[in-house]
Amino acid sequence: MPAIPIASAPQPSQTSPLQIRNFCIIAHIDHGKSTLADRMLGITEVVEQRNMRAQYLDRMDIERERGITIKSQAVRLPWRSGIDGQEYILNMIDTPGHVDFTYEVSRSLAACEGAVLLVDCAQGIEAQTLANLYLAMENNLTIIPVLNKIDLPAAQPEKFSEELAKLIGCEPEDCLRVSGKTGVGVTELLDQIVRQIPAPTGDPDAPTRALIFDSVYDTYRGVVTYVRVKDGHLTTRDQIQMFSTGVRHEMLEVGVISPEPVISRGLGVGEVGYVITGVKDVRQSRVGDTITTHNNPAKIALSGYKDPRPMVFSGLFPLDGADFPLLREALDKLQLNDAALVYEPESSAALGFGFRCGFLGLLHMEIVRERLERESNLVLISTAPNVVYSVTTGDGELITVTNPSEYPDSKIEKVEEPIVRATVLAPSEFIGTIMELCQERRGVLLGMDYLSEDRVEIRYTLPLAEIVFDFFDQLKSRTRGYASLDYEPIGEAVGDLVKVDILLQGEKVDAFSAIVHKEKAYAYGTMMTSKLRELIPRQQFEIPIQAAIGGRIIARESIRAIRKDVLAKCYGGDISRKRKLLEKQKEGKKRMKMVGRVEVPQEAFVAALTTDADIDKAKAKAKERE
Amino acid sequence: MSNLSFYVHIPYCLRRCGYCDFNTYTPSELSITSELTKISQTYLDLVLQEIDFARSQSTAVSVPSIFFGGGTPTLMAPTDLGRVLATISDRFELTPDAEITIEANPDSVSKESLSRLREVGFNRISFGMQSAVPHVLASLDRTHNPDNVMRAVMWAKESGFEELSVDLIYGAPGESVSDWRTSIEAALSLPITHISAYALIVEDGTKLSNQVRRGEVVIPDDDETADKYLLADELLELAGFHWYELSNWSKHGSESRHNLRYWNGENWWGAGPGAHSHLDGRRFWNVKHPDAYAQRILKTGDPKADEEYTEPSQKWNEELMLKIRLAQGLPQSFFPPEKMNSLLGYLAEGDLDQNAWSVGKVVLTRTGRLIADRIVREFAM
Repeated sequence: MPAIPIASAPQPSQTSPLQIRNFCIIAHIDHGKSTLADRMLGITEVVEQRNMRAQYLDRMDIERERGITIKSQAVRLPWRSGIDGQEYILNMIDTPGHVDFTYEVSRSLAACEGAVLLVDCAQGIEAQTLANLYLAMENNLTIIPVLNKIDLPAAQPEKFSEELAKLIGCEPEDCLRVSGKTGVGVTELLDQIVRQIPAPTGDPDAPTRALIFDSVYDTYRGVVTYVRVKDGHLTTRDQIQMFSTGVRHEMLEVGVISPEPVISRGLGVGEVGYVITGVKDVRQSRVGDTITTHNNPAKIALSGYKDPRPMVFSGLFPLDGADFPLLREALDKLQLNDAALVYEPESSAALGFGFRCGFLGLLHMEIVRERLERESNLVLISTAPNVVYSVTTGDGELITVTNPSEYPDSKIEKVEEPIVRATVLAPSEFIGTIMELCQERRGVLLGMDYLSEDRVEIRYTLPLAEIVFDFFDQLKSRTRGYASLDYEPIGEAVGDLVKVDILLQGEKVDAFSAIVHKEKAYAYGTMMTSKLRELIPRQQFEIPIQAAIGGRIIARESIRAIRKDVLAKCYGGDISRKRKLLEKQKEGKKRMKMVGRVEVPQEAFVAALTTDADIDKAKAKAKERE
Repeated sequence: MSNLSFYVHIPYCLRRCGYCDFNTYTPSELSITSELTKISQTYLDLVLQEIDFARSQSTAVSVPSIFFGGGTPTLMAPTDLGRVLATISDRFELTPDAEITIEANPDSVSKESLSRLREVGFNRISFGMQSAVPHVLASLDRTHNPDNVMRAVMWAKESGFEELSVDLIYGAPGESVSDWRTSIEAALSLPITHISAYALIVEDGTKLSNQVRRGEVVIPDDDETADKYLLADELLELAGFHWYELSNWSKHGSESRHNLRYWNGENWWGAGPGAHSHLDGRRFWNVKHPDAYAQRILKTGDPKADEEYTEPSQKWNEELMLKIRLAQGLPQSFFPPEKMNSLLGYLAEGDLDQNAWSVGKVVLTRTGRLIADRIVREFAM
C-alpha cells in the first residue's frame, strides 16, 4: 500500500530534503491536468473518497467553468515508493496554463526540481505547453514525459511519444502512459517522480530564503502566500521581511496544503507551504519576491523577481453611469488578489466615467472583465484593447501612451511598439494559412520546424498590437481550431503608426480613436465610419461621420437627416396610447449618449467597439444563462 | 355649463381592408347570419342605452358635435342612426349649430340613403376616398371604383350636405409621387370643403404588416412619404385649403369642430365597443368586442373596460402632443423657460413659424410638422 496515513507521514518542518520531491505539471488546457491531479489526491489518500469532487484544486468558478487554472496551488502528498519502499513527500505545484501568465509559470517552475510534461495523446503538444516546456528546460528541471488519456479510442501514443522524445531528447519508450480518468499508470508515475526528480538542496544553516511563487487573497485570512524554502527555516512568529520592499511582517501562521490547510510549526529546506502575515493586499507579498527573516536577513535575493508589467490596456465603463462607484469598489476588491491588474479613472465624452485598466494580456483582460461583471453584477462596455506605445515627439520628449487619447497632436519623431516572439503549432496543412495571417499582421518569419511528420512549429515576430486585435480568433477560425499560439514579449520596435480619430459632426469621439499601422488606417477608417452609419439612427440634421489622421480626412460617410418623424393620426381613441408611446420613447432617449448634438444609442457604442467574435461570445453567454 | 360631444362607434364592415387595425368586425367574424337591418336596429338600441348611461354620468347640458365613425356607419339604416341623434337631442341639448358628421364608404351609399341621412339630422359627411388610382386602391384592399367617389359626393351635395370631406391615404405600397398627385387633384375636383390626408401606418397584426414582413410588398421610404406630405400641403394650400391640424386641411370655417375638441382637450363621450371617452382629465374606454359590449350594456348598463386619470405632467404632455399639431399652436409661455434655447434651435432650423413666434406662439412650419413627434419627445416631461 504505497499511500501513507497522514499521521505517520513525515511531518512538515521535520522532513529531510532527501525525502522531498517538488514537481509541477506542464499541460495545455483540456489535456487532463486537473483530472490527473484529482487522481493523485485519491491514490495518495490525502482526500478521502467521499470528499472527492471533480477538479478539486481549482478554486474559482471561472477556473472550473473554463477548465483553466489561473492561480497555482501546492499540495503536499505523502507517498511510499513502490521502488525502494521508502517514505517521501511529494509537493505538487500547479501551474497556470496560459500565455498571459508566463511570469507566474516561471516562478512556479523555480520552486520545483522536476516537471511532469503532460500531453493528451489524442491531440499532441500545444504551443503554450511547448513554451512552458522550454521554460522548464531552461530552469534545468528534470522532465518526465507523460501521455495522458491513453484510454481514448483516438489515442495515438506511438506518434506522440516520438514527438515528445524529439522535443526532450529522450527515447520514445521513456514516455509514461497514463489515464487520469481510469487511474492507469498513475501509481507508476508517482514512483517515477520519486526516482527521477532530484531531491531539493539548500543550506539549513544559512540565512532564510524562501521564494514566493503565489499569493492569494482570502476574505477571512487576508493574503495567503505560497512559498518554497530554499535555505534556512521559516518558523511561526518569525519576523519576516520582503526583499523587494524591505517591509517587515510577523508570520501569524505557517502550514502546508494537503489539500486542505494544515498548520505546522514551520517549513524547512526544500519544503513547500503557505504563510499568513495578516497583509490585506497581494501587492505586499508579490510573486517572485524572496522572504527572509528580520533577525538574520539574507544578503542576496533569489534571482528572477520581476514586477508584473501590464501589456494590454482597455477602458472599462459601466453601461449605466450610476454604477461607476460600484465598478470602483469591484476593481479595488479584485486588485487585492491580482497584483498584475492596474487601473486609473478615465472619463470619456462618449462613455462617461470609467477606468483605464492594464492587463497582462487578453485572457487576463477577459477574466477580469468577467469577474467584475459576475461578482458585482455589473454590465460593462470595454473599449478596443491597445498596447503601450513609446512616442518620441519632435522636440525629443518621450511619452508613454496607454490610451489613444494620450497620443500627442504635435509633430512626432518616432513611435515604438511592443514586439513579441510568437510560436504557432499546427497541423502542416495550415502552414500557408498561418503564414498568410502572420504576413497580414506585419509578422516576420523566424523559422519553422516539423515536430512530427504532419505537425509544425512556426515562429514569427509580430507587433503585440496585431495579436491584441482578434489575431487569436482569426488563427482559430482559419485553422478550424487546430492551431495553438504562444507569445512572449521581446522588446520594442519602431513602427509606422498613426492615430485615427473618428468624428461625428466634426466632434472627435474619443472611444473610437485607435492607433494603427499607416497601411491599415484607411481600412480602419472605412470600417468604423460605415459601421457607425448603420448603427446611429437618423436625426433631424445630416451627420457627417469622418475618419481622420490629424487634420486629414481619410474616410467619410454621412447619415441623412430624418425628414419625417410623426404619426399621421391622433384622434380620441389614440391619445392615451400615443402619449404612453412618446413617454416610453422619451425614456429610451435618456439612455442616449450625446456627442455634440448627435444622439448615439448606447448599443451603437457597444456594437462599434465589439468584434463579431465578441458578439458570438455574448450570444453564447446569454444562451447559457437562459 | 359644460359641453359634451358624442362619438358613436359602428363596429361593422362588410370586409376588412388589409391595412386596417380599427375595432371593426365583418359579419363572418361575428358569425352573423341576420340581415343588416336587423343588426342596425339591435346594435343601435344598445347605443341608446349607453346614451342614457352617459346622461347619468355627466352634468353637461349641451352637445356641440356628434361624430359617427367606424367601421362603416353607412351600413346602418338611416332611421336607426336618426334614433340615436334624436335620443341625444332629447337627453341633452344640441347647440343650434351642432356639427353632426357621418363617415361614409362611397360604396355603401345611394342617392336615397344620403337624402335620408341629411333628413335625420346629419350635416357633415366624410367619405373614405383613400386614392383615385386603381392600383393604389387595390394595394390598400379597397374595393370601390374611384368614379363612385365623385358620384357619392355629388349625391351628398345634392342631398343638401354643405360640409363635405374626403379622406386620402398616401404611402401605400406601389404608390408613386405622381399617383399621389393624381389623387390630390381628383379630390380637389370635388365640391368638398375639407380633406384629411394620412400617411399609411403599417400596424402590427394587419394583413399588410404580414405582407411587408414576408417581403411581398414594399412600403415607400420615409423620405418619399415626407415629399408626399409636402406636395399635399402645397397643392391644398394653393387650392384654398389651409392646414389646421397636421393631417387636416379645410376651407375657412369648415374645420372639423368635433375633431378640434379632441385636440383641445374638451369633453366627449364615446359610445359603442372600444370607444374612448374623456371627462375632465379622466379617460376611460369601453370593452372592445361587440358581444362583450352587448352583454355589459344589458347586464349593468356600464360598458367601461378601464380608465385612467392623467397626472399634471401627463396632462401637460398630452396638451403638447395634441396642440403642437394644430395651426393654432401653443403659446411660448406653455414651455418652461429653460426650454427656450431648444425652441430657438428649431426656429433657426426653420421648423417653427417665424411670424407666429414673433407674436409669442409656437407653431410648426411644413418641415416642422414632419418631425412633430421628435419635438414632442424632446419637450415631453
